Amino acid sequence: MQYDHVVCAFCGCLCDDIGVTVEEGQITQTKNTCVLGKAWFMEHGKPQDLPVARINGQPASLEEGINAAAEILADAHYPMLYGLSSTSCEAQRQVIALAEILGGSIDCCTSVCHGPSGMAVQGVGEPTCSLGEVKNRADLLIYWGSNPAESHPRHMAHYAVTQKGMFIPNGRKDRTVVMVDVRRSLSARAADIVIIIKPGKDYEVLWALRALILGHKIEADSLASTGVTLEQLTDLADRMKKCKFGVIFVGQGLTQSRGKFMNTTAAFLLVRDMNKTNKFALIPMRGHGNVTGIDNVMAWQTGYPFGVNFSMGYPRFNPGEFTIVDVLSRGEADALLSVASDPVASLPSTARRRINEIPVIAIDTHESETTRIAKVAFTTTTAGIGAEGTAYRMDNIPLHLSKVLPSPFPSDEELFVRLISRVKELTS
Amino acid sequence: MIKIINGEVYDPINGINGEVRDIYVKDGVISGEDAGGRTIDASGMVVMPGGLDMHCHIAGPKVNIARKMRPEDHRGDVQHKTALMRSGTAGSVPTTFTTGYRYAAMGYTTAFDAAVPPLAARHAHEELNDTPVVDKGFYVLMGNNEFIMQQIAAGNKEQLRDFVAWLLQATKAYAIKIVNPGGVEMWKSLRNVHTLDDQVTGFGVTPRQIIQNLADTAKDLGLPHRLHIHCNNLGIAGNWQTTLETMKALDGRNGHLTHIQFHSYGGEPGGLFQSKTAELVDYINNHPNLSVDVGQVMFGDTTSMTGDGPLGYLLYQATGRKWVNVDVENEEGCGIVPIEYKDKSYIHATQWAIGLEWFLMMQDPWRIALTTDHPNGASFMSYPRIIRLLMDREYRKEMIQKANQKALAKTTLPDLDREYSLYEIAIITRAAPARLLGLQNKGQLGVGADADITIYDKNSDWEKMFAVPRYVIKNGSVLVEDGELRENVFGRTFFVNPSYNPDIETTIHEYFDKYYTVEFENYPVQLDHYLPNHVAVDCRP
Repeated sequence: MQYDHVVCAFCGCLCDDIGVTVEEGQITQTKNTCVLGKAWFMEHGKPQDLPVARINGQPASLEEGINAAAEILADAHYPMLYGLSSTSCEAQRQVIALAEILGGSIDCCTSVCHGPSGMAVQGVGEPTCSLGEVKNRADLLIYWGSNPAESHPRHMAHYAVTQKGMFIPNGRKDRTVVMVDVRRSLSARAADIVIIIKPGKDYEVLWALRALILGHKIEADSLASTGVTLEQLTDLADRMKKCKFGVIFVGQGLTQSRGKFMNTTAAFLLVRDMNKTNKFALIPMRGHGNVTGIDNVMAWQTGYPFGVNFSMGYPRFNPGEFTIVDVLSRGEADALLSVASDPVASLPSTARRRINEIPVIAIDTHESETTRIAKVAFTTTTAGIGAEGTAYRMDNIPLHLSKVLPSPFPSDEELFVRLISRVKELTS
Repeated sequence: MIKIINGEVYDPINGINGEVRDIYVKDGVISGEDAGGRTIDASGMVVMPGGLDMHCHIAGPKVNIARKMRPEDHRGDVQHKTALMRSGTAGSVPTTFTTGYRYAAMGYTTAFDAAVPPLAARHAHEELNDTPVVDKGFYVLMGNNEFIMQQIAAGNKEQLRDFVAWLLQATKAYAIKIVNPGGVEMWKSLRNVHTLDDQVTGFGVTPRQIIQNLADTAKDLGLPHRLHIHCNNLGIAGNWQTTLETMKALDGRNGHLTHIQFHSYGGEPGGLFQSKTAELVDYINNHPNLSVDVGQVMFGDTTSMTGDGPLGYLLYQATGRKWVNVDVENEEGCGIVPIEYKDKSYIHATQWAIGLEWFLMMQDPWRIALTTDHPNGASFMSYPRIIRLLMDREYRKEMIQKANQKALAKTTLPDLDREYSLYEIAIITRAAPARLLGLQNKGQLGVGADADITIYDKNSDWEKMFAVPRYVIKNGSVLVEDGELRENVFGRTFFVNPSYNPDIETTIHEYFDKYYTVEFENYPVQLDHYLPNHVAVDCRP
């Protein structure tokens, strides 16, 4: 069986031109995938012997698992629900409903990736565009703190750098590509200009660049600690002022290094200032396949994109208070439900310490460090392979995920519908 | 089954003006016969069809970015969860659940989002699926669509018609909306159009051609709603001439000029506004092909969100507040800026007065609908107060006293003595918008109509009366009693299904391969998945 125009929901690019060949219930071949996407499809459902549910590591039926998980949640005073960046919007809607019923906190991977970009939007707004605008019009591309060759391998070829577009008839030749990073990453090969900044100095460089764009004078010495020279920065400012349409792709090098939301705010202000004279936009390089979706579903259901608490019976938002690392590091949550994420592998040790002290429910499509330590673990099928659903691309474009394989496992959405119903029975 | 007895009924489509009569409901629709069931004694109460908001922004990407951008707007106005209701937050841009509950609690049972970029149609449907109670739908943006502009420039009328029909089907939208035709495309290189005859660079068309061609297309396809037009030059002093030109350009074609208040300004660009309501009303009074909704401004803090990208930038420059701009490939753009309308501001007071002038000077209530362009002029929650301003001359005078006197003195508002009747209110909030949208079973209480009924306790304070209806009935179920939700349902999504020659798909496919980043095959919205509860409204070419 051959499927065309399949959406790859592994990373925020959501490339939707993928070909998938299915033979005897297995994906045997893919077309147009990058190395990450190929692995996402081909490794699906491996290892094959995972049970649908485990309680304390022992195989259990789905119903037993749901009962055990519901009891943990119903007993908890302050459950924390987390993850959601690699599942469908349909499942995300259910998980937010569950958080509301429980009166817990819910947070998504945004809080440890592009939360600072979201906070910059709340501070100063965001001039942005869809990726097709980049394809059709952008003659200056600046990747800042991002290494797309390894994190989003088709970003440059499928959307940005080499594509021909309506007003970019010659593709790559019509564009200037700049990489700003703390090291020469693999992506630097694709760049015309590489600017290496000393770690932790992004804010200073962005602010200096903003000053140059606004026509202020800068002393060369004042840049000494940044690793960037005035000549480099002046050259970049000149190119920005000469371009027809410039785009900055903001990576986690900017959002998760010293300065965090101040870095993104500086970048957003720079882009805002640019629009006095030149069309300019900014697109955060969202990582996981549907991390943009969870921001959107959270926003339309609660008014806030991440870090939401329901203890008062209505949504409250406070990064630093209701965000995953903070709640766990302060030892507050007394149960953790993780969906389509691996907090044990990815969160700092202060947060992990608390995870080891409290009951954990883990829902994922594969084995992870979190499913291994979970009191109750579920195996679900992958949205976009074993289940339909919706995902949002990094530029907020919504796409429909199709089902290409039957699965012995429930979808996240199905699992949460059942879990909610059991929790309601226990708490009513 | 329900019967409502002894109520004072206002049902303008059926010519019923305050007569006391009984209404029967069976199987979700109005019935001609008493079929028993619950009896609601509406003695001393006013019975109207459910309210219909024909132009608001409640779903889709720009609404949601506004929610994300403004935590400060939500925290003081929250919705607690209850046994029936999901929690949420409000302010000027409520969450989806809260939007549905608040419309219902105010007696409104239908609402249409006025501006969704085609590429984000799926997003709008997802939000509408989380918007309870009301029936709903949206208009899809076409006034800066590059494929459309190319067809117009080449004079391909048939290809244009087929593409528009295909796009309406692909997005499951209800009507064609144009926003600053040509200007949003120009904004993609920081420019704008300023007259109907400015060229859209790179496409060889003018705003005039876009307006005329799409008005023709709406007619040729037999769409239930005429072309929905957000004119060029919104919010700019002196723009009334552009508005008048747009009316003239329609030249007998049907057109709905939305949030007309924002387009009725005299003066010089960059200078102070003057009211040009009288001149525009005069033209509309003599041209039955034109209709408007007002886009009333009310004083207070709100969020401006518009498909008009250059306007967003203008508001950012004027206010210095946070600014979102989103350009969408080949199709549209949008701008979002928080804004506070102040009663002491000359410009804001003029805007407020112009909106009220429109209501009070327009002779034919069937061609004017009550809107605030929610949340642009104000939240939809201010409709009851606007109704009081229209029905209660003394209250209006009081409010006029509080606004900038210099501004008010230059408008005719202080001299306008008209007071709306309940019958006229029923027209501008129910009957007229339903008729303008071509929704046969909405906005009326005749046999066979949807049993969407609002029952108000009569109160001399019209604001109080319209803010908290005694009963709200939706499709035959009593959903709200005494301002509280008693039953939660989800309404239906309305869309149109115009037919087209499928040969156009080959051309569109080629266009997608060249200029879109989404595959042609992945673009159309899957009907069953995204519109689980839908109504396809017939087109009558």
